[in-house]
Amino acid sequence: MKNNTFKIPVSILLSAIACFAIGLYTVLPWWSFMVTNFLIALAIPQKPWVSFLTGALGVGAIWTGLATGIDMANNHLLSTKVANILPLHGSYVLLILITGIVGFLLGGMSSLTASYLRKA
Amino acid sequence: MRLLPFLASAIVTVSLVSVLNTQLPVGASKTPKLGYFLSPQQGFWKNAEKLNTNFDASILAENLKGKVDVYMDDRLVPHIYADNDEDVYFVQGYLHAQFRLWQMDFQTRVAAGRLSEIAGADKLSIDKFFRRLGMVYGAEQTERMINETNPVMKATVDAYTAGVNAYMKQLSPENIPFEYKLMNYQPEEWTAKKTYLFLMFMSYDLTGRSAAADLQLTNTRDYLGYDLFDKLYTNQQDSLDPIIPRGTEFATASLHPVAPANADMAYLHKTDSTVSVNNVSEAPATPDKNNGSNNWAVSGTKTKSGRPILCSDPHLGLNLPSLWYEVQITTPTHSTYGASFPGSPAVIIGFNDSLAWGVTNAGRDVLDYYELKFKDSTQNEYWYNGAWKATTKRTETIKVKDSADVVEEIAMTHWGPVMYDAHYQNPQSKGRNLAVKWTAHEASTGVETFYQLNRAKNTDDYLKAIALWKCPGQNFVMATKTGDIAIKQQGTFVARWDRQGDFIMPGEDSSYAWQGLIPNEENPFIKNPERGFVSSANQKSVDATYPYYLGTASSFPLYRGISVNKQLANMSNITAEDMQALQTNNYNVFAAMAIPALMKSVQMESLSAEAKNMVNKMNQWDLYNQPNSEGITVFKVIWDSVENAVWGDELAGSPIPLTKPESYVLVEQMLRDSNFSVADDITTTNKVETLKDQVLVGIEKASLKLAALEKEHKLVWSAFKATRVLHLTKTDALSRLNLPIGGGVNIINATTENHGPSWRMVVHLTDEIEAYGLYPGGQSGNPGSPYYDSFVDTWAAGKYYRLLFLPKEKLKANEHTKWHIQFSKA
Repeated sequence: MKNNTFKIPVSILLSAIACFAIGLYTVLPWWSFMVTNFLIALAIPQKPWVSFLTGALGVGAIWTGLATGIDMANNHLLSTKVANILPLHGSYVLLILITGIVGFLLGGMSSLTASYLRKA
Repeated sequence: MRLLPFLASAIVTVSLVSVLNTQLPVGASKTPKLGYFLSPQQGFWKNAEKLNTNFDASILAENLKGKVDVYMDDRLVPHIYADNDEDVYFVQGYLHAQFRLWQMDFQTRVAAGRLSEIAGADKLSIDKFFRRLGMVYGAEQTERMINETNPVMKATVDAYTAGVNAYMKQLSPENIPFEYKLMNYQPEEWTAKKTYLFLMFMSYDLTGRSAAADLQLTNTRDYLGYDLFDKLYTNQQDSLDPIIPRGTEFATASLHPVAPANADMAYLHKTDSTVSVNNVSEAPATPDKNNGSNNWAVSGTKTKSGRPILCSDPHLGLNLPSLWYEVQITTPTHSTYGASFPGSPAVIIGFNDSLAWGVTNAGRDVLDYYELKFKDSTQNEYWYNGAWKATTKRTETIKVKDSADVVEEIAMTHWGPVMYDAHYQNPQSKGRNLAVKWTAHEASTGVETFYQLNRAKNTDDYLKAIALWKCPGQNFVMATKTGDIAIKQQGTFVARWDRQGDFIMPGEDSSYAWQGLIPNEENPFIKNPERGFVSSANQKSVDATYPYYLGTASSFPLYRGISVNKQLANMSNITAEDMQALQTNNYNVFAAMAIPALMKSVQMESLSAEAKNMVNKMNQWDLYNQPNSEGITVFKVIWDSVENAVWGDELAGSPIPLTKPESYVLVEQMLRDSNFSVADDITTTNKVETLKDQVLVGIEKASLKLAALEKEHKLVWSAFKATRVLHLTKTDALSRLNLPIGGGVNIINATTENHGPSWRMVVHLTDEIEAYGLYPGGQSGNPGSPYYDSFVDTWAAGKYYRLLFLPKEKLKANEHTKWHIQFSKA
């Protein structure tokens, strides 16, 4: 793939799809999406910061999207309780945000590492 | 050169995952593994149940013999219709697991002394407590006996176990209950032994208070001397209205327990002031003193319909998930509805199409300590009847999270396991070697009692069913469609001499041993009495003409029974609604007796203006513990303060905490005579205070406290009491706090801070049974489900649900029926 404008949406999409799909096979550890992100970033060479962003956005979107969907169907019953156990003053918005950030960071760091490996 | 950034990035990434995959310490507790916990694909989000979840399902299971249909109503109560009796318990086990898996696992882990395994070394001393008390030992005795001698019960418990495990087998890892994810451990296979462990836990909850009380009473006696002790902890209860009406004749006693000749000096008046305690072990919270209940049945002569009505409301700790789970069980042999225990097959309190039954705690003393002398620190031999007798050793291995196993070697004696010794002690045990003898250690067919009650057709069936009951002793109330009402205090009870077992007993010879168990025919029983009702509220079951000693009077709350009996005696043309009103009644009969008694000693002219104001407020109060009442708070604070002024000084000097005397002791003393030598403040030497002086002191102190409460807006009873239904892990976020509910200690509506009516049931035995009930919780144990706490507000408001108890075709067509789960043989 040479077209950079094409590579960005493709790797975001691949990250997201892989993260979603591997989550369905739950015998694998919860961080398995980091392996898929790593492989995707190895396969699609990009500048390190671009790799980070595509990996981060792919996983971050899935995690935020899933959490938001689940939370709406649950009318915030559980998220409000959890946001009181974790010190978030019962804010489900914050909890969804933190969930998304965790996915974003881990996904991004994994892709970033792969991208550096390719260049090392 | 990109090696450096690669290495840096790899290190940051791996560290980040490791941190998010570790339980991080926060204060005394630990976080979940945050990455896992937050993952929307595996973590807690998976437990957030859709509000419009469809519970329809079709389940194939190998262990089934036939087909089972379960219809769930809109409160998520399952109505199980099975072709045979074993399948029904398989399905009950499956449903318990589907809705309450974590709770079942957690409660049996507590009972088995296995908390350290999931929570770490912090819980070690609590685990040791339950192991040394013989909880696992007792469960093993029951399991062995049932396996060897009772094929029907074995098949029942095995079917239940198979049902729990069938649910777990199909449960994928991301769907395990929320609490496992929070505390980071995994569900494990259910076993029959866990069912017996759960029942052991109920024995502990309802009779285990002696395990702490006997030590405290012994130390209190040692500190005060027996004469003063006997004044403050008197067994005399002038106002007692027993379960069996006074004047009823009892069967002739077949046993005549006699106190040993030296009991006066070697037991009652014995004092032992040494306090030598090293490596103190923390004990679990003592079973709540208010673990009790109300139950009653009124005969057709007192009801509007001419048919009996039965009521039962067990008072236990208020928890989420609730101890109870509602269920209807219908097979070709019987049809039963009521509250079941997740962890055990069958209905525990409920009704079938012939009769209804309920239970309250008997409160009888069935746990004693015997003090031993060991030959040496190996504990291989103890002194008994003039010779050294060999112990056996029981090894209990406690697994500890993130740490090495701990092995407890427990010396077993003919009395029972050695609970306390130099290795395991607390300030109350004072380093003594104490063996514990407890009826719960005996193998027990408790499950069979409920199995038979579920199927009972008449009074004889009921008597046969409860005759199997051993521990914890209960008052079984019953009413039949044909018009019988009855109540029997049932269990294995010790034929005791006066005060036997109130204190630690000498264990060096047989003279203090139990002299026999009371034969079943001599247990207190009454059927169709002339007054048209039977009732119990944990008071003493009998008056002083009963030939055996029941246990220390502090185990028998006095006032709820008076209230229930007084009200029932005055009622006629009773309806189910009247009975609901009585179960939720907030009248304070204790205050009605205590306030006039107290006022005899109040010198209004000597009180400060503020105190006078409060006393007036107390006198104007209508004597109902309503949620918005201030009078009850004023009364309670004044009364507690007066008690403290009267006997606080006597108890204050003790190096270890002593038991507080019961409130009735002071009320009855005030009613008998306003001179009470205990009133003298022993810390003043130049003056002998009278009761009047101490009442004055108490009220002045109370008025300061009340002023402070008023400032914090906590004078209103519901705010002062702050009733809460607490999650089993005591996590506030998973609990329901500050419920607007009245009631309290000594009130029929016995709701205190974290304790009270854990299941309210009213059953009108008309042709088509009219039943009402609810418990403060919800059918789902999942904090992420709308059914987690769906009954709590209705319960707090004192309202009821009409219970759907219908044959299959009618239930199927009922407007409240929402889902269908079909079980078939794989």
